[in-house]
Amino acid sequence: MFVTRLAPVRPDVFARPVRTEGVEALAYALQQLINGVTLGMIYGLIAVGYTMVYGIIGMINFAHGDIFMVGAFLSLISLLGLASLGITAVPLALALTLLFAAGLAALYGWTVERVAYRPLRGSFRLAPLISAIGMSIVLQNFVQVGQGARVKPMNALLPGGIELMNEGDFAVQLSWMQIAIVATTLIVLTAFTWLVTRTPLGRSMRACEQDLKMAGLLGIDTDRTISLTFVIGAALAAVAGLLFLLYYGVIDFFIGFLAGVKAFTAAVLGGIGSLPGAVLGGLLIGLIEVFWSAYFSVEYKDVAAFAVLILVLIFRPSGILGRAEVEKV
Amino acid sequence: MRAALRDAFLSAAIALGLFAPLVGLVLDNGDQGLVLRGRPIAAAVLVAMVFFGRLGMHLWADRPGKEARAVKRGLVVPTGANRFLAPALLAFAVLLPLTGSRYYVDLGTLVLTYVMLGWGLNIVVGLAGLLDLGYVAFYAVGAYSYALLAETFGLGFWTCLPLAGILAAFWGVLLGFPVLRLRGDYLAIVTLAFGEIIRVVLINWVAVTHGPNGITDIPRPTLFGLRFSMDGGEGTVAGFFDIEPETIQRVVFLYYLILALALLTNWVTIRLRRMPLGRAWEALREDEIACRSLGIDVTNTKLTAFAIGAMFGGFAGAFFATRQAFISPESFTFIESATVLAIVVLGGLGSQLGVALAALVMVGGLEMLRDLLSTLGEQMGSELFSGLAGDLPTYRMLIFGLALVVMMVLRPRGLVSGRTPTAVL
Repeated sequence: MFVTRLAPVRPDVFARPVRTEGVEALAYALQQLINGVTLGMIYGLIAVGYTMVYGIIGMINFAHGDIFMVGAFLSLISLLGLASLGITAVPLALALTLLFAAGLAALYGWTVERVAYRPLRGSFRLAPLISAIGMSIVLQNFVQVGQGARVKPMNALLPGGIELMNEGDFAVQLSWMQIAIVATTLIVLTAFTWLVTRTPLGRSMRACEQDLKMAGLLGIDTDRTISLTFVIGAALAAVAGLLFLLYYGVIDFFIGFLAGVKAFTAAVLGGIGSLPGAVLGGLLIGLIEVFWSAYFSVEYKDVAAFAVLILVLIFRPSGILGRAEVEKV
Repeated sequence: MRAALRDAFLSAAIALGLFAPLVGLVLDNGDQGLVLRGRPIAAAVLVAMVFFGRLGMHLWADRPGKEARAVKRGLVVPTGANRFLAPALLAFAVLLPLTGSRYYVDLGTLVLTYVMLGWGLNIVVGLAGLLDLGYVAFYAVGAYSYALLAETFGLGFWTCLPLAGILAAFWGVLLGFPVLRLRGDYLAIVTLAFGEIIRVVLINWVAVTHGPNGITDIPRPTLFGLRFSMDGGEGTVAGFFDIEPETIQRVVFLYYLILALALLTNWVTIRLRRMPLGRAWEALREDEIACRSLGIDVTNTKLTAFAIGAMFGGFAGAFFATRQAFISPESFTFIESATVLAIVVLGGLGSQLGVALAALVMVGGLEMLRDLLSTLGEQMGSELFSGLAGDLPTYRMLIFGLALVVMMVLRPRGLVSGRTPTAVL
């Protein structure tokens, strides 16, 4: 029942018959490419959070997808709140919403780590995983109780776009929204790359990723670094939540589940622990999903993403850019 | 005291940040799109709860004589109670239908279904230490196997029951084979994905599964070929024993059926734990690398746990189908998997008695609470009680989630310490 809800609100793109001949086929494929890249950017942003946390403490943060969902709700609340305050200029409203949602989602990320994961460091193997699943259920039902189970629709903020190609009765559209999504993602990822490669915080994060114990011995505050990793991951997920809201125009408390699994698939596909790999994996998953929906079947698009996950795990568990994992005793 | 106050204020400030936007403001689906509505009191109550909760925690931790008591922090149920509690529970379960109350027998059937699922999952999670988040998929495979076999070939329940178990086990092996070589956390997410795949296929493969409409008129089980039918004629239970046909007879029969199935699961688990295979499972749970170096075939051992767990899930699924006489993909969502996992974890990963108690409290207790609230609401005409009864299913999942986290943080070995070593040196 929930799967169908995630279908895009612009079914016209998918409902058109597949073109197989001439320039129209090319135009159709180009449109899918644009849609896939846009969706892939969103998955990539979420996947970065998975891959960072996995890189540092080696756990799958199941609640990450739900932080993304919380981010989407915070964005919607902020946009409505700003509108009622009279701030309707789209760029300003978006910028304020971005800060608001990222900041508060970061607080959620920090709290989740502090409450559910930190006390379990050094506990038995399954403990953090089970705790993370618990946290994911808590966040989902917290939002359901707090905000209601009905889907929340929103009007398009940036309607219209550029018509790139017009072949016969098929026009290739590049909407303003898609441009905004790709631009925002690129800016955020650039800032993030700078943070990881050029700042002291990024250096300690990379040190913790290489060897947590050694980093601690060398005077890095590992607890703080781990906390900040969660904070950054949650902020990126919240940005993804805002973009998801803008792109699809409808959210509910359950979106974090599927988006989370797909973003995790993206992280594994790109090589878990590798930051460029997460973005690359996100793009690939977005493209696979969109092309699958366009050329095969919309109903089974989630199955396609999950099948990719299982295939990657069987044939190349270290992913495209990842290193093979060696377990030391 | 000052430090405690400061910490409590800090926590309250964080809680304010968390709750002010998501609880204090609510998105209402109005006629003209969404409206933002303020709900300051609810948010304030939550923040106050965090403040006083945190303060109370500090005061409790700093109470005098803490060191002396810290050592005694024993178990909620002492291990010795196992000896009396388990037979008492069993006797209670066997005697329950004597009350003659349809309500309690139905509730008991529901609880026992979860006990059986919990015991099945316990083999995978509790004994072998493999986190399976898609257990409901095997439940679904069992249910649909029976329903489809009965519909297509006209097979009866007793023929289909083993078939459903075998098919579910087959799926378990099929899924487990590629992923069991990987690290534990990958297994969790792949099983989660598998559970979703099964559900999506059940919804969309309309030609076979009838899609979201589900399968109706699934045949009821028979007692040695005797049907439970209201006409009381030849070939029915009532006709054979020459008694008045009543619905309660079938309800009680179903109750004893699931009790027997659950006890079978329990018995098999207990026996297996004493066999080399069970020992290997528990060793695997504790240290995989050590197991491998001691010559245990890790993949095969995991696969057997996965397959046996799946098989019991399949049995439970077939029972579910025959009891409801109707199944649809709605019944096999991730929430079911999460519920069963919560029961296993609360029961204390690996403890048979713990799982039974957890199912009794989490499924039976909450169900009774809801019925109590709704009858109170009806009798007193109170909006509050009926409203609470309606919201309880949502709060139930919230409680399950919180319980998972709190259990892991405070008592990772479960409420009942059932993990008594099977081999003592």
